[in-house]
Amino acid sequence: MTVAASETTASLLPASPLAPAVIKAAPLALLLVVAYGVIPFIGDSYLFEAILLPFLALSLAGVGLNLLTGYAGQVSLGSAAFMAVGAFAAYNFHLRVEGLPLAVAILLGGVSAAAIGLIFGLPSLRLRGFYLAVSTLAAQFFVQWVLTKFSWFSNQSASGVIDAPPLTLFGLTFEGGAGRYLFALVVVTVLTFLAARLVQSETGRNFIAVRDNETAARIIGIPVLRTKLLAFALSSFIIGVAGALWAFAYLRTVEPAGFNLDRSFQILFIVIIGGLASLRGAFFGAALIVVFPLILSRLGSLLLGDVFDSGVLDMTQRIVLGALIILFLILEPDGLVALWDRLRRRLQPGSRPA
Amino acid sequence: MTLHTRLKTAALAAGIALAALSLPAFTRQALADEQHFPLQSYRVGPYAAGGTGFFGGFIDYLNLINTRDGGVNGVKLTWSEAETQYEVERGVEAYERLKSHQGIAAWNPLSVGIAYAMIDRITADKVPLITINHGRTDSTDGRVFPYVFPLLLNPYSETSGIVNYIASKEGGLEKLKGKKIVVLYHGSPYGKETIPIYELLAQKYGFTLQQIEVPHPGNEQQSQWLTIRRAKPDYVVLRGWGVMNPVALKTAAKTGFPVDHIIGNVWSNSEEDVIPAGEAAKGYTAITTQASGADYPVVKEIVKTLYDQGKGNLEDKKRIGSVYHNLGIVNGILNVEAIRIAQAKFGKRTLTGDEVRWGFEHLQLDPARVEALGAKDLFHSINVTWDNHEGNGYVTFQQWDGTKWKVVSDWIAPDWALLRPIIEKSSEAYAAEKGIKLRTAADAEGVTN
Repeated sequence: MTVAASETTASLLPASPLAPAVIKAAPLALLLVVAYGVIPFIGDSYLFEAILLPFLALSLAGVGLNLLTGYAGQVSLGSAAFMAVGAFAAYNFHLRVEGLPLAVAILLGGVSAAAIGLIFGLPSLRLRGFYLAVSTLAAQFFVQWVLTKFSWFSNQSASGVIDAPPLTLFGLTFEGGAGRYLFALVVVTVLTFLAARLVQSETGRNFIAVRDNETAARIIGIPVLRTKLLAFALSSFIIGVAGALWAFAYLRTVEPAGFNLDRSFQILFIVIIGGLASLRGAFFGAALIVVFPLILSRLGSLLLGDVFDSGVLDMTQRIVLGALIILFLILEPDGLVALWDRLRRRLQPGSRPA
Repeated sequence: MTLHTRLKTAALAAGIALAALSLPAFTRQALADEQHFPLQSYRVGPYAAGGTGFFGGFIDYLNLINTRDGGVNGVKLTWSEAETQYEVERGVEAYERLKSHQGIAAWNPLSVGIAYAMIDRITADKVPLITINHGRTDSTDGRVFPYVFPLLLNPYSETSGIVNYIASKEGGLEKLKGKKIVVLYHGSPYGKETIPIYELLAQKYGFTLQQIEVPHPGNEQQSQWLTIRRAKPDYVVLRGWGVMNPVALKTAAKTGFPVDHIIGNVWSNSEEDVIPAGEAAKGYTAITTQASGADYPVVKEIVKTLYDQGKGNLEDKKRIGSVYHNLGIVNGILNVEAIRIAQAKFGKRTLTGDEVRWGFEHLQLDPARVEALGAKDLFHSINVTWDNHEGNGYVTFQQWDGTKWKVVSDWIAPDWALLRPIIEKSSEAYAAEKGIKLRTAADAEGVTN
């Protein structure tokens, strides 16, 4: 979905054999045509509501976390907290500011998440690796606690659950599964495009320099502190918008507990399985995390549903999924995106023989 | 390496193809004259005890009707299950997966979080959503929520029943003045639902109130019970769920709070809540809408028709007649009777969701009818109307004696007249926010196909 050429240079992977720019851009263009022009007309509500909407929201969160973890090398376990900030802030801006367009509310939700991300990114100035990961856990617990403790955030709703407003953009209302899918798709496309531009820019190169060798980066004059904080802010912004999509476009209702530590881990796994420092990887990873359990669950209940009850099947699926992820990471530590690139190189005309 | 890669690619392709093939099989058409129950069940995870018991009882009753009566007036009852683990996302996925089935009678997710996420969706589909003994309180107002039914006991009625019971132990409502009650609630939409009503009743009756949250799932409560010990309340109301309950009882014993002054709510009243707590649970009292025990005629018939033939849904036969199993059976009775009532009006065939909704809105089972169904004393009665979707269920209190629950009160009526205006205020606010026009009795009679 993103600009392939940008990544190969940015992620410092071995460059693929040179091919005309047209061929490179063609798959992306085709994908966009299908996503915008074909799927909204042929998909059914299961495809939108159960597969594509969670896929888009989690992909976007993966893109956000990949900026921080994949490009800038800062491990974070607080992604779900930033999603929660984005969702609840967007909800409150929309609720409390009369006449504020929803798009602006979602944007402000992202900005709020960026601000919180900045605060919880401050420890990164002193901490690295696992220690930083543990300190971002604080964000996870603190945000959930605040949202639960003060019912003002959920508009005094007795159960702490918020109801999503109708989705409108430039006067158009996006209703139904297909409509909400298009809304999410527009947001994801725009933000992914911006993220792709970012990682190509000087800032993106600074991220990578800080990740690869902080001392060396400081010596060649990169402002390390500012770069790290910027990574936290930008990543949290995107994750915050993803949270708003999760709440408004996908579930249409949300409670603070929906953004728990499990979700943070899920996003981290998306990034790792998909491929670190690759924006496409986030989409591959999200596809695997969202779609694969569903396929397993359906196959399981189709083949064995009459023999075992759904509980036994569910446990078995978890074991199978876990085993496959381990197997996969052993066979291809660089993530799904590396697998995909190998496959594509083989299929492309003029590439070296396999 | 090459072979390796090729193998992996082939495996991936095969997986995708297999998945694509399996999809259409799920949209197979229903056979003639069947009424379907899609079940978003949970048989694993922290709330599996509730899920297996409730869905086990529900399926057992549907199975009994099929085996004994050949369905409802010849219309077979069918069901399909999808696992949710009590998680909202999985519940939504299960809803989307199961909803294409023909002839869906009603949804019974047994989760407040999932129910909240489904309200918009099932209202658009015009299919009833049943949240027996739980759910969103203001969905009791059928003028605003035409398709949502918190049958038997909504959370506010439960609260009123518990406060009235404590008052009766103290010698009258006026004796509540100056007493101190702590509510220990589960940190979930379900747990928080009653916060405002406890505050209101505390003001009305003049007792001091402290509400303390236990974060989901609740397997660590040391600090909460230390707070309770400092507060020295007269009663603790346990508004728990799943593993939180036995932990609460054990921690109470450890911190020295007397167990007979802990009153459990309707989701803290099962055998699975007290047995793991062992001695610490002896003397614990909890509210219920359906008594436990296997001596009721309907439960005996389920044992004879299903379990003796090896067709029962519970794996552990010792759980037959437990609180959750009986709740599932009562839920089955209410769903099946709603279909039967709707069939009397619309014909003995597969009904649409909206027709079943009409059936639920005329679900009036007096004690005589309940007895005829083999459920005398299992539950009291229900009286659902188009604008009262709870149906004025009665409650009773049971005490755990170490081996079984013993009923220690009569059937008690919650203070519905007190609660109705509060419910209407909340539902009308919801209607205004969502731009919903209040339904009238005439609207409720109109049924779309």
